[in-house]
Amino acid sequence: MNAPTADLRPDPDQLLAQVKAQEERATRGRLRIFFGSSAGVGKTYSMLRAARSERAAGTDVAIGYLEPHGRLETEQLAEGLERLPTLSVAYRGIVRQEFDLDAALARRPAIVLVDELAHSNLIGGVPQPRHPKRWQDIEELLVAGINVWTTVNVQHLESLNDLVFQTTGVRQTETLPDRVFDEADDIELIDLPADDLIARLHAGKVYVSDAVAAASERFFRKSNLMALREIALRRVAERVEAASRALHTGHARGRIVGDRILVAVGPDDQAEQLVRTGKRMADALAASWLVVYVETPALLRLSETLRNRRINVLRLAESLGAETVTLDGPSAAAALLEYAQTRRVTRVLVGAPKRRGWRAWTRASTSTVLVKQARGFDVIVVAPAGRTKRVAPAHLPAGGFQADIPWERYGWAAGVSGLCTLLAFAMYPHFDLSNLAMVYLLGVTVAGLRLGRGPSALTAVLNVLLFCFSFVPPRFTFAVADFQYFITFAAMLIIGLVIATLTANVRQQTRVAGARERRTAALYAMSRELAVTRGIENMAGVAVRHVAEVFDCRAVVLLPDVAGKLHCPRGQPSEHSLRGADLAVAQWVNDHGQRAGLGSDTLPAAPALYVPLGDEQRATGVLAVLPANPRRVLLPEQSQLLHTFAGQIGLALERARFADAAQASSLAVERESLRNTLLASISHDLRTPLAVMVGAASTLTERGEALQPSKRRELAASIEVKAREMSELVSNVLDLMRFQSGEVPLMRDWQSVEDLAGAGLQRIQERLQDHTVDLKIPPDLPPVYVDAGFVAQLFANLFDNLAKYTPPGTHAWVSAINEGASVRVVVEDDGPGLPAGDPEQLFEKFQRGSGEGAVAGAGLGLTICRAIVRAHGGEISARRRDGGGARFEFTLPAREPRA
Amino acid sequence: MTEAMHQVLVVEDEPAIRNVLTVLLEAEGYRIIEADTALRAEIESRSHKPDLLLIDLGLPDGDGIAIIRRVRAWSPMPIVVLSARTQEDQKVAALDAGADDYVTKPFSARELLARVRAALRRNVRGAEPAGVLNLGPVQIDLEKREARGAADEIHLTPLEYRLIECLARHLGAIITQQQLIREVWGPERLGDSRGLRVCIMNLRGKIEPDPRKPRYLMTEAGLGYRLRSDDKPG
Repeated sequence: MNAPTADLRPDPDQLLAQVKAQEERATRGRLRIFFGSSAGVGKTYSMLRAARSERAAGTDVAIGYLEPHGRLETEQLAEGLERLPTLSVAYRGIVRQEFDLDAALARRPAIVLVDELAHSNLIGGVPQPRHPKRWQDIEELLVAGINVWTTVNVQHLESLNDLVFQTTGVRQTETLPDRVFDEADDIELIDLPADDLIARLHAGKVYVSDAVAAASERFFRKSNLMALREIALRRVAERVEAASRALHTGHARGRIVGDRILVAVGPDDQAEQLVRTGKRMADALAASWLVVYVETPALLRLSETLRNRRINVLRLAESLGAETVTLDGPSAAAALLEYAQTRRVTRVLVGAPKRRGWRAWTRASTSTVLVKQARGFDVIVVAPAGRTKRVAPAHLPAGGFQADIPWERYGWAAGVSGLCTLLAFAMYPHFDLSNLAMVYLLGVTVAGLRLGRGPSALTAVLNVLLFCFSFVPPRFTFAVADFQYFITFAAMLIIGLVIATLTANVRQQTRVAGARERRTAALYAMSRELAVTRGIENMAGVAVRHVAEVFDCRAVVLLPDVAGKLHCPRGQPSEHSLRGADLAVAQWVNDHGQRAGLGSDTLPAAPALYVPLGDEQRATGVLAVLPANPRRVLLPEQSQLLHTFAGQIGLALERARFADAAQASSLAVERESLRNTLLASISHDLRTPLAVMVGAASTLTERGEALQPSKRRELAASIEVKAREMSELVSNVLDLMRFQSGEVPLMRDWQSVEDLAGAGLQRIQERLQDHTVDLKIPPDLPPVYVDAGFVAQLFANLFDNLAKYTPPGTHAWVSAINEGASVRVVVEDDGPGLPAGDPEQLFEKFQRGSGEGAVAGAGLGLTICRAIVRAHGGEISARRRDGGGARFEFTLPAREPRA
Repeated sequence: MTEAMHQVLVVEDEPAIRNVLTVLLEAEGYRIIEADTALRAEIESRSHKPDLLLIDLGLPDGDGIAIIRRVRAWSPMPIVVLSARTQEDQKVAALDAGADDYVTKPFSARELLARVRAALRRNVRGAEPAGVLNLGPVQIDLEKREARGAADEIHLTPLEYRLIECLARHLGAIITQQQLIREVWGPERLGDSRGLRVCIMNLRGKIEPDPRKPRYLMTEAGLGYRLRSDDKPG
């Protein structure tokens, strides 16, 4: 045996997983299972007794659900314990009482009692249960931090299902993944010797459901009960051993890098048995295990129903804790060998050869090849358990994917034969018969490449017949004169069939490879487009389009808001959009990071599938898909692809979100720095006038009577002037802050530029006494669509600059040009012009035309002008006027902006 | 001087500003009633029936605009609004609700007194039949519908007469665009300000000495229009 020496160092990833698991444990509720070997051992009874003593100790215990056994002693025990309401579920015309998960979640007792862990919920009932299995309900309770006590019998354990069947002959349909049992915090074994149990049974103390009643005679035999008891005891012993091992070594089962088991499954009946055997072996060896399905050309030709079986098999494997893989390859054995070596597998489990008779001779089975060629791992061939009926591969004529027979292809195949014969007729006078046979072979090759396996086989047969009939002497009979032609026929037929099969396989492989390539290409195309798309909403749109195309479905990306609540996307729905997605389901998916809906563990009967975006820890939204054909998302590779898509979309959205956050924080930084500059500047600009005001006012108060009236007036006037400056400064700062924060609503209307300029002029008329302003606005200028107040303010600011920075007697002109969609306004003067440097600088905050000085105002006038112009979608610029002076130009919209 | 007898109700919650207003207006010979809340304003306006209401928009216990609307329901008394800069958007609402004019804080004594005087004058004249409007060299007889410039007769269209009449009724006060359109064009043309703008432009061309720098027919950006006259200079 080539098993690698066990590496006892813990794997860092596993350590991390261990830490994570511990963290989860801290907040997770504890699961206590009352475990028995069969019904009637007293699990529910023991659970209730334990609950009563907890209750007596003051713990908040509530009964979530008890099986309606109607047994007196259990009922008596249950009395006095709080019972949560059960849920009435209508199912096939009957109303049944079921465990109400939401009631338990809402009530949040410290311990909730839920009987029958392996129970299957009524899928298809009304209301629709959230999970198909009760253990999933319980899982949700545990995640919510509620402790759960429950009961289960050994025959319900998934991995023991076969064993119990073989022992007792009764197949249990309600099964429980071993993981749930293994991860339970406490297992309490309720043990009762077989004789006592039988006595209880006879005393009528064991509840037997109607469904089991028929089988109960057989089931409750002493030998069965003893066997079950042994299985149960062993299972608990295994658990105890594992726990003590974990305690000693510090890691739990399977944490040591050691054995790795590969289970090879096909679409036959033995697959499930192989998976369960694999699980038991993996448990026994504390090994990790994978279940591999190889998609070969032969399997691709199987009927759809059979192919869909592997979905169930792989899902079973996943539920038992296996990693599942689907491989593509020409032969199962080759693919398995290669994969086993790359994954450093130590043992391979494979089913016994199934080919019988001549087929076993002509083609070695997968297990045979594996046994012969295994290097570095052991091959374990598992014999079928009991009556395993061989699933006859229902061969489809050709194409494999089509469910119906492509008759026209057979027509074409016949046509090819006819064509070959015509060609051969033309050649007959000039060529040997052997060369004519070549023409027929050519025909088969072409048919194989174009038409698939069945039709090309037809061509091969027809070719031989036509060759025989048309050319082999005696001609135009099927009689053959020379015996040696039979060899020709045989060779033709065999070569023809081989060619047909080979070329058809090549076709199939090409299709598979093509499909795989298309998937990769589709993913790549989406990633690339997402990378260049800006804005989360747009990205969601791109994702929906790609997903819809690839999976032939309608889709929607639901994004959470700040509070984590999902919302339907706003905006125009596209043709691909899924409307009417169930937000409640989506919310659950987002909160739990697990998929739900169609074909998943949660609400499997829903029409749409909901997949969390991003990783499981932090879902960043939900992708809901409603496929036209459920197969498009249920096939393992498609399902995996969807998962990959969801991952990619999640990553892209997260990246976009980070970018937004980064931008927001940089905006915040900019705002902060503006605030600081503002404070520094204002403190200067405020202090000067304040000093004047306080000085003048106190002089008036203290010495007012002593002052001459003219002096008093002077002081009062200086107070007024300085107060006005301050007021103006404060207004400017406020305006600018409002513009910066983008919170200014524009009250737009049609306005004439002349009016606006006039209004601006009017506002500061007093200060412009010594300047001349000419309005030279053409009378045919179209009106502009602006907020009159702000644009008048804009003009006022420009005129105010004129008053501040140009000497008396300066002349200014206001003119305007119609530019179609906008109006360009020019304000120019013949004053001293702009200061040295880049005129653009003037629009920055706290730039002044003539440096710090006596001129009041924090240099915000032009900055506000620019903010106003930009808010209207225009631009403002300053430059030196030809012939001296300054020239300001800005544009205002002459059209209504499109909403 | 009749103005000396005018009674002004000052509604302002800030005591310092109320004090300044009172001192200023009393110095001008007005009698002052003070109110610091919307409730008091309502009571005082009904019991004293003042000649003018000077009201701050931001009152602690209520909306100044609501009071304006209620007072307008029973009295044509002139209303002048005191508004802070942050209440720009409420100005239109206040004017639409029936206020005649506004003064933005901080205000100068000169400005405030001019507005108060204009509003009171309008009230006195409001009772008189519309007479002759003197706009510098231009005289408009609103009754006879005759307009005369410095040199010769001016022809105004019926629409322009209606507009100038409307403005003259509120001489010195602001009329919002909406009010003008409603009164001159009718309520079905509300929201269409183009006609109004063209009409104002034409009117200016006829009556203003320099239409580019109007002296009489003033634009109040974002609010509306105001007609000033040379009558009884304040």
